[in-house]
Amino acid sequence: MIRLTRRYRFSASHRLHADGISEAENRALYGKCNNPHGHGHDYVLDVSLRGRVDGEMGRVADVAALDRLVRERVLEAFDQRNLNAEVAAFAERVPTTENLAIEIRSRLATQWDTAFPGVGPALDGIRIQETKRNRVELYERD
Amino acid sequence: MLITRRAELSASHVCRLARLSDEENRALYGAAANPHGHGHNYVLEVTLEGDPEPETGMVFDLKRLKDVLQREVVEPMDHRFLNREVPPFDTVVPTAENLAMEVWRRIEPHLAGPRVRLHGVRIYETEDLYVDYFGEQP
Repeated sequence: MIRLTRRYRFSASHRLHADGISEAENRALYGKCNNPHGHGHDYVLDVSLRGRVDGEMGRVADVAALDRLVRERVLEAFDQRNLNAEVAAFAERVPTTENLAIEIRSRLATQWDTAFPGVGPALDGIRIQETKRNRVELYERD
Repeated sequence: MLITRRAELSASHVCRLARLSDEENRALYGAAANPHGHGHNYVLEVTLEGDPEPETGMVFDLKRLKDVLQREVVEPMDHRFLNREVPPFDTVVPTAENLAMEVWRRIEPHLAGPRVRLHGVRIYETEDLYVDYFGEQP
């Protein structure tokens, strides 16, 4: 099996706040991340795909096609944005790193076959670092 | 248990197919098709899987692993133009994928033992692009 991983970066602000619980409970649950004015991170996103290596071209995927897909589906929507205010999915769901991973996977999956027509590579998984000290991994086997 | 050793090599390469025009190669491989070649500081991570030998407490002698990587990969490839100086890249395009598979072929025979096997080869072409190879394609 061969897997190719490409790294991307985006900067965004968010606020962690659950509507179903009180202000005090939100502060207790999310701590500083509950600051009403929001705060931001320089996210690092790794996208991995797996497949067969084309014998002649020697590649598992067209990296430029992956770059286009991630740029159009994720970076343009998320980079330099307020996730709560500007990304529809986070109007109702808290933009934790976990939910960010689920949303990014869904955004890539819906356009995957268009970006990689025919017997292309499969999405293997994504990894997001919110800061250097925490990250979330979501693989297709999960 | 997995153990990993890292090695580095700097080399130049060009990604192009002889049967295609300059324009077609550029469409296929982008800037990497520049016929004069370009270079990378490749980072190689080799991971072995096994159980520690009860007496030595080691899955594999890391000094021996270092020597295998040095002899089979770093010495032949470091500061070389892969397409011109390192077979099979005179006929096989030296993409990161093919490089990972070639490294596997070169080192795997030297790393097998009763309680250890080669688990994976990772090649970072840049900090933002790497390939993992885990053995034969199904």
